[in-house]
Amino acid sequence: MRFSGWRVLREGLTGNKGWAPHWRDPEPKAEYDAVIIGGGGHGLSTAYYLAKNHGMTNIAVLEKGYLGGGNVGRNTTIVRANYGQQGNSEFYSHSLKLWEGLEEDLNYNAMHSARGIINLFHSDGQRDAFARRGNMMINQGDDAELLDREGVRHLLPYLDFDNIRFPVYGGLLHRRGGTARHDAVAWGYARGADQRGVDLIQQCEVTGINIENGVVKGVQTTRGAIRAKKVGIVVAGRSGQVAAMAGMRLPIESHVLQAFVTEGLKPVIDHVVSFGMGHFYISQSDKGGLVFGGDLDFYASYASRGNMPMMEHVMEAGMTLMPMIGKAKVLRSWGGIMDMTPDGSPIIDKTDTEGLFIDCGWCYGGFKAVPGSGFSFAHLMATGNHHAPAAKFRLDRFRTGAGLMDEEATGAQHNLH
Amino acid sequence: MLARPGPDAGEVAWDNYLHLRDNPAGVTEELWQHDGGCGSWLVVTRDTVSHVISKVEMAADVKRAMQAAS
Repeated sequence: MRFSGWRVLREGLTGNKGWAPHWRDPEPKAEYDAVIIGGGGHGLSTAYYLAKNHGMTNIAVLEKGYLGGGNVGRNTTIVRANYGQQGNSEFYSHSLKLWEGLEEDLNYNAMHSARGIINLFHSDGQRDAFARRGNMMINQGDDAELLDREGVRHLLPYLDFDNIRFPVYGGLLHRRGGTARHDAVAWGYARGADQRGVDLIQQCEVTGINIENGVVKGVQTTRGAIRAKKVGIVVAGRSGQVAAMAGMRLPIESHVLQAFVTEGLKPVIDHVVSFGMGHFYISQSDKGGLVFGGDLDFYASYASRGNMPMMEHVMEAGMTLMPMIGKAKVLRSWGGIMDMTPDGSPIIDKTDTEGLFIDCGWCYGGFKAVPGSGFSFAHLMATGNHHAPAAKFRLDRFRTGAGLMDEEATGAQHNLH
Repeated sequence: MLARPGPDAGEVAWDNYLHLRDNPAGVTEELWQHDGGCGSWLVVTRDTVSHVISKVEMAADVKRAMQAAS
């Protein structure tokens, strides 16, 4: 089934009776060439690119809940390539290019909207730092424009420009940045993988990883044992538990990050906007809700919900920046479990077990990485070689101290990112 | 609660201490500081799944007990 304008029109005129499920619901086979643990955004995109780029179609994605039920459905949907460090820069640049061709590639409406991201600055020093970041983005081949105060006022007239503590000095505009419909990204990749023969197996929790003489042989699941020549772990906040099944300890702590959405409003915020003096960022969904978030709660958590102090901080920062949102009613808040690494950058690597690979450590930035992560992880799993844009995401960089990617320059230690 | 290795313990021991984590989903012991109040350092026994706090002790008392036991 292909989607097209013609198809939508025809279905509309004939009572929408011709739509079929987007993917099959297969029983697990006894053996696959490769098994992906985790049916979230990264796992589904990995399966898609394994099939599409490397012709590996005898593979399965094992998901303990339902497809896209984790962080890919809980994030604030932002897509961007505005990183400053080698290793990250080329990766996110590659990922953004994949985003730009994603909907045609998948034949799926992911509602990708390059509406522009504006990171605001509030001091001379911060302007210098943002000018530097913008130059790095341009050097990477991506886009960046430094806006002065009037330039920002033209785009975002509703800000409190003369706030006494944090006046707006300007902003860094990344025009190709924006948002996408997060669930649709998971569904689009799932459908694309399924169409190429990948088995997407839901309600199938992995309970053990079979390893013999240092070589992976398969997995134990709640739906029986499955043999596999290659196994990829792509389970975000649950990375610690799944890696432990293979006898590994990871440089990862799982933390909760909250997000919030208001009632639906008429269009009022046309971009993604981030505050430079408190952790707050906001955009408006196509449904009209203001979607916003802030910083981690900063304690280890698997609860998928946060606590009041961080809610208060986020609301205060929002009200400081754009007092007009004060009358909007918050409909919902929720939390996602972030797999935090010490330096705040991800891991796509082999493990000490032959045939066992891991893709994790996306911290609070995994959504924009969904296409690039799957593309690079599939390359690693299929060929055994690191994909150039993700070649610096090494598991051993903390032990050796070489190749750390600490975007915030706070140090490569837990609880600092 | 992590046991700090000696200065000469080597790369693997320090990697274990600084970076690698059990990352438990369940009950764990952590060092917290009562930042919004008296400033005390506390050993908190907490469930990372439910956020339930089952025990709080003064870190100084825990340290004394550990020293007495060793």
